[in-house]
Amino acid sequence: MNDLDAQDRLRFEQLVLPHVDAAFNLARWLLRRREDAEEVAQEALLRACRFFRGFHGGDARAWLLQIVRNACYSWLEKNRPRELMVEFDEERHQRAVATPESIAIADEDRERLSRALESLPPRFREILVLRELQGCSYKEIAAITSIPIGTVMSSLSRARRQLCSALTSSCHKEAVHEV
Amino acid sequence: MRCDFADSLLQGYFDGELSAASAAEFERHLQHCVHCPVELVDMDLLSERLQVAQLYESAPASLRKKIHANLRPVAAATAKSQPLLWHWLAAAAALLLLVIAGWRVNSALRTDDYQAELAEEIVDAHVLSLQPGHLTGISSNDEQAVKAWFKGRLTFVRDFANDGFALQGGRLDVVDERSVAVLVYARTGHLINVFIWPTRERDTSPRLGSRQGYRWVDWRKGRTEFCAVSDAPTSDLQQLQRLFTN
Repeated sequence: MNDLDAQDRLRFEQLVLPHVDAAFNLARWLLRRREDAEEVAQEALLRACRFFRGFHGGDARAWLLQIVRNACYSWLEKNRPRELMVEFDEERHQRAVATPESIAIADEDRERLSRALESLPPRFREILVLRELQGCSYKEIAAITSIPIGTVMSSLSRARRQLCSALTSSCHKEAVHEV
Repeated sequence: MRCDFADSLLQGYFDGELSAASAAEFERHLQHCVHCPVELVDMDLLSERLQVAQLYESAPASLRKKIHANLRPVAAATAKSQPLLWHWLAAAAALLLLVIAGWRVNSALRTDDYQAELAEEIVDAHVLSLQPGHLTGISSNDEQAVKAWFKGRLTFVRDFANDGFALQGGRLDVVDERSVAVLVYARTGHLINVFIWPTRERDTSPRLGSRQGYRWVDWRKGRTEFCAVSDAPTSDLQQLQRLFTN
């Protein structure tokens, strides 16, 4: 990090730091735990800072999110490799369907949605987070996840259907078959 | 049964990613396809549900702090190559430390048992909110619109434009790792953030303090804690506090 001069540092603060929220949000949904997300997002920010000289303008948010995403995947590989293999998290899905009645209705829906989202495989989860929560364009999603734009559309389509299915217990079987 | 376009054009159309010509062509398709219009509605419902649930989670203040702390040594390292500037910076830093120590003691005396960390976090959140694009989640002076945006989390939204405090909008922020509502006011060139969150403590009269050149007034009323922060004079914040409690 020390090789950034004052001018680069200022550019980094202006271009990259406004996207710390987006970086954290993506890490939070990929890793599912806030503490892990904070650790990995911090590490990714440091990495971004170290390689900032390699960034020649363009979309700073997509650039940062790409680094965050890669950091999340390497973290998962190292710490929870099983998650990358699991196609559909049955246990989480069960919990998504049965929420305690004590939770207020608005909170209940939030809870149900986040559990359903967390039950999807990481590659579907990330594409929904990027599109629906962070409002990324297809071009940005393609850059962040290193997949072709055509694949962005079909992945989004599958991710949306899977989330719908995960939210409806009756469609549950169908969701598993679809994977 | 699904339409052949369901995995491609339908998604692009829904997400506004098609060119004008392709979108028009797809709309002609929509008029006689039996599957796509249904899926379009489902996608819209899902999307709206995700928005309403506010699943987006902002970075905690602790992460921002760590990042800023990591960036700062860079400035010191750069300065090393210029000895004169380095000495000057060291002197300035020492002076700053003295000043900080001074106001720590000072504010500790003034604020009694008020949690100093909390005030620090609130001032940090205020400073961050002044960065471009961070001030408001909803930008409006319409009380009802701002209230609706908070979706029942905040029942009290008032514009005090007649008293010189113009409502600018509101946002959700994170202080001490919990989500708090913030109302933003403009006062003759100063921006004021009023942080609002539920509390179990009894009502208190206003407590005053300042940090890093920002002043805050904190009070509790009706199981709610309020903290107004700004670079505006303390008397302005006290006036706003009275408007809130009356």
